[in-house]
Amino acid sequence: MRKVQNNKAWWLVLPVFLLVAFSAIIPMMTVVNYSLQDIFDQSNRYFVGTDWFRQVLQDPRLHDSLLRQFIYSGCVLLIEIPLGIAIALTMPTKGRWSSLCLIVMTIPLLIPFNVVGTIWQIFGRADIGLMGYALNKVGISYNYAANASDAWVTVLVIDVWHWTSLVALLCYSGLRAIPDVYYQAARIDRASGWAVFRHIQLPKMKSVLLIAVMLRFMDSFMIYTEPFVLTGGGPGNSTTFLSQTLTTMALGQFDLGPAAAFSLVYFLIILLVSWVFYTAMTHGEKN
Amino acid sequence: MAEIRLQNLAHSYSSAPSGPDDYAIREMSHIWEQGGAYALLGPSGCGKSTLLNIISGLLSPSEGQVMFDSKVVNDLTPEKRNIAQVFQFPVVYDTMTVYDNLAFPLRNQGMDEKRIQAKVQEIAEVLDLQAVLKNKAKNLSADEKQKVSMGRGLVRDDVSAILFDEPLTVIDPHLKWKLRRKLKQIHEQFNITMVYVTHDQLEASTFADKIAVMYGGQIVQFGTPRELFEKPSHTFVGYFIGSPGMNLIEVTPQDGGVGFGDIHLPLSKGLQRKLAGTEWSSLKVGIRPEFIHVWDGPYDDAMCADVTYVEDLGTYKILTLNLAGQSLKVRLQEDKPVPQGQAWISFPGQWLMLYADEYLLQADSDSEVPHA
Amino acid sequence: MNLRKIVPLWIYLLFLLVPIYWLVNMSFKTNTEILGGLTLFPQDFTLANYKVIFTDESWYSGYINSLYYVCLNTVISLSVALPAAYAFSRYRFLGDKHLFFWLLTNRMAPPAVFLLPFFQLYSSIGLFDTHIAVALAHCLFNVPLAVWILEGFMSGVPKEIDETAYIDGYSFPKFFVKIFVPLIGSGIGVTAFFCFMFSWVELLLARTLTSVNAKPIAAVMTRTVSASGIDWGVLAAAGVLTILPGMLVIWFVRNHVVKGFALGRV
Repeated sequence: MRKVQNNKAWWLVLPVFLLVAFSAIIPMMTVVNYSLQDIFDQSNRYFVGTDWFRQVLQDPRLHDSLLRQFIYSGCVLLIEIPLGIAIALTMPTKGRWSSLCLIVMTIPLLIPFNVVGTIWQIFGRADIGLMGYALNKVGISYNYAANASDAWVTVLVIDVWHWTSLVALLCYSGLRAIPDVYYQAARIDRASGWAVFRHIQLPKMKSVLLIAVMLRFMDSFMIYTEPFVLTGGGPGNSTTFLSQTLTTMALGQFDLGPAAAFSLVYFLIILLVSWVFYTAMTHGEKN
Repeated sequence: MAEIRLQNLAHSYSSAPSGPDDYAIREMSHIWEQGGAYALLGPSGCGKSTLLNIISGLLSPSEGQVMFDSKVVNDLTPEKRNIAQVFQFPVVYDTMTVYDNLAFPLRNQGMDEKRIQAKVQEIAEVLDLQAVLKNKAKNLSADEKQKVSMGRGLVRDDVSAILFDEPLTVIDPHLKWKLRRKLKQIHEQFNITMVYVTHDQLEASTFADKIAVMYGGQIVQFGTPRELFEKPSHTFVGYFIGSPGMNLIEVTPQDGGVGFGDIHLPLSKGLQRKLAGTEWSSLKVGIRPEFIHVWDGPYDDAMCADVTYVEDLGTYKILTLNLAGQSLKVRLQEDKPVPQGQAWISFPGQWLMLYADEYLLQADSDSEVPHA
Repeated sequence: MNLRKIVPLWIYLLFLLVPIYWLVNMSFKTNTEILGGLTLFPQDFTLANYKVIFTDESWYSGYINSLYYVCLNTVISLSVALPAAYAFSRYRFLGDKHLFFWLLTNRMAPPAVFLLPFFQLYSSIGLFDTHIAVALAHCLFNVPLAVWILEGFMSGVPKEIDETAYIDGYSFPKFFVKIFVPLIGSGIGVTAFFCFMFSWVELLLARTLTSVNAKPIAAVMTRTVSASGIDWGVLAAAGVLTILPGMLVIWFVRNHVVKGFALGRV
């Protein structure tokens, strides 16, 4: 669509700008403010420059948390993206089953995050949960509260349960957009199912896959509620990810300065890695 | 393979068709002979694409049989039918180069790379694609992409028929004739049966030896372009072919012929007999604008019509006449004088067609041909 | 039907449904039965848990609060996003690309980063513990999303329709309300769906900005530990009730969800 140059369009955009500025710019200014000062109370503030940043970047707690977070997000992407694609390929495209399938798959996406945590918290317990009970019955000793690797696996399973549908639905919509002619031509060309996937379906899903990867990376990197409800970050620190570390610093310990500095670093990491993903995945398009 | 035969073929998209309206293809039988260049011509929605997809196996007909060389192939998938199909929208595999696109069907067959290379080079030469062989398919122009689509059909050596479904739709007009000529060359070179679906009569006439005109799910006439022009066997063929199409007038039977208004048109005795022996609910005569004879001045047996409009189209003129309340179009060569106000015309018997219920009525033996 | 496709799909769907079934199962049991041993169906079917939620104000007010601020947020987000999306769709203006990009980066901001600043901000303007505070806070990520989705749908409406309306004498507001909005009806539905979804599920900000008056159901649920331990039955019932609004919304927009995803703009 050819767009017309008209600066009066700003009037239309103004409400959005003001609203988001209010929600974003003012708080960010506060954060930046805090990150550069040592605050004892309203009247006792000292400018400390980059002290907090240095402290935060050297904090081993944060290093651990960051590492854990990267591993977590990495696992999430490695499992959910291929699984989502695979599910999308199996979903029916018309009829009653199609609607039913879509509805069932959308349900996990609409459950409040804490309820997701609660569902699995219950489900995984050996005393009152079907999964915990069943696993222990067949001889697998499973206890997400006491065993760190059990906790990790559980947290990952929760995420897969919760969010794979999003990837699948995105891929499904990408697949639906492929005109029938391509499949017909492939049949005439005697292409195998794998060839159809590799040369027709996968290339045409590229744009939705980009969205899926970016969204899952960002959201998994910010995860807070589900692991917190399940294990509270434990056992020990094994499932404490970045958001929880930050929340503890900011609200629990009230270390405003370091928390603010960490917030900025956190945000920057997400922006940076997202930019890397975006560039890497659209690199092929530029040719 | 010698021929493609369609036997009592009919197709309905609904699972429980209740009447003729539910059928995309009404019962028909047809033979496409080996090696011919055929066009399947008709308006949108007449069932052309459906018929094509049935022949290639992408669609299974609800009734009737498709036979290749007297062998029933209804249950054979497209992969097993030795048929290639080119679609309206160019289909190329974006991630592959042009070379790989052309090699794709051969690789799927398991052909060895040396033979593949030879075949791809051969087809690339025929289609003028050598320059872009190494390019990624998705960066090509629309006509180049369509050539690649055609190439994938040609490159296979087990193909005995290629079906084209309005392949030039997305091509720029000034490139269309180039591609059409290329197709004709390919046909002469490879001697494959080609069926070309189109709604453009010019394309059909320039490409095909014989045209099948399709209307309402039926092939209403199958003949050379000339036969279609001179002797349309269905009013639709008369109307669709030619520019402008045939003049069609509703008539009632009269002694010695038919008539409308105060005009009497005599028919040959044979035709009169045929008419008497036929049941019909609508009767029409048709005559092409090119064949209406315009006299230079009043003439005894000629009919008098009012000239209502004259269009000058350079090398010829189109006159719109009013004859006893019916509107007629006449095509006049540029060197002939244009009648003013009134025109004296007659319908030569050999070009006057009689249609009962839209189908051409012909005398069993043509005896005398009266002139009018 | 293709078995190779059906079986994996069913396994996945079962995987999704079983934990929910377990929750529903528990919600109809008494605590004694729950703690007594594992049963696949309630032996002692009871509606007592649900009764507690519907009669105890501290429980049902949680739902009302949540629904209230989610609806508020959806309405606000849609109202401001519609004109903005129209601007992005039809016009070029100074800084438009930068503005759009900035809006999208807000979607990438971790809520944890905003906890403290929001807390202080809303306290300082006296909006702490109000529904409007949560509704506004959620606008941070819902408004960019709404603008993004709506712009996609609007770009599908040709500009010629606008121009024809002006020639026919419509003023801009009249054109927008009477002609344009009906054309993007499904887009608005999809946007409303996603706004609802992201606001309904969010816990962190909602809990931080509220304490008593606007306490969302999520916060109520995370505080059910009492001296006698966790009331599992009631907790389960509460959980089931939070899933219901979501299912209702899905049902209403089921035909448009795919189209919305198809724009690839979630």
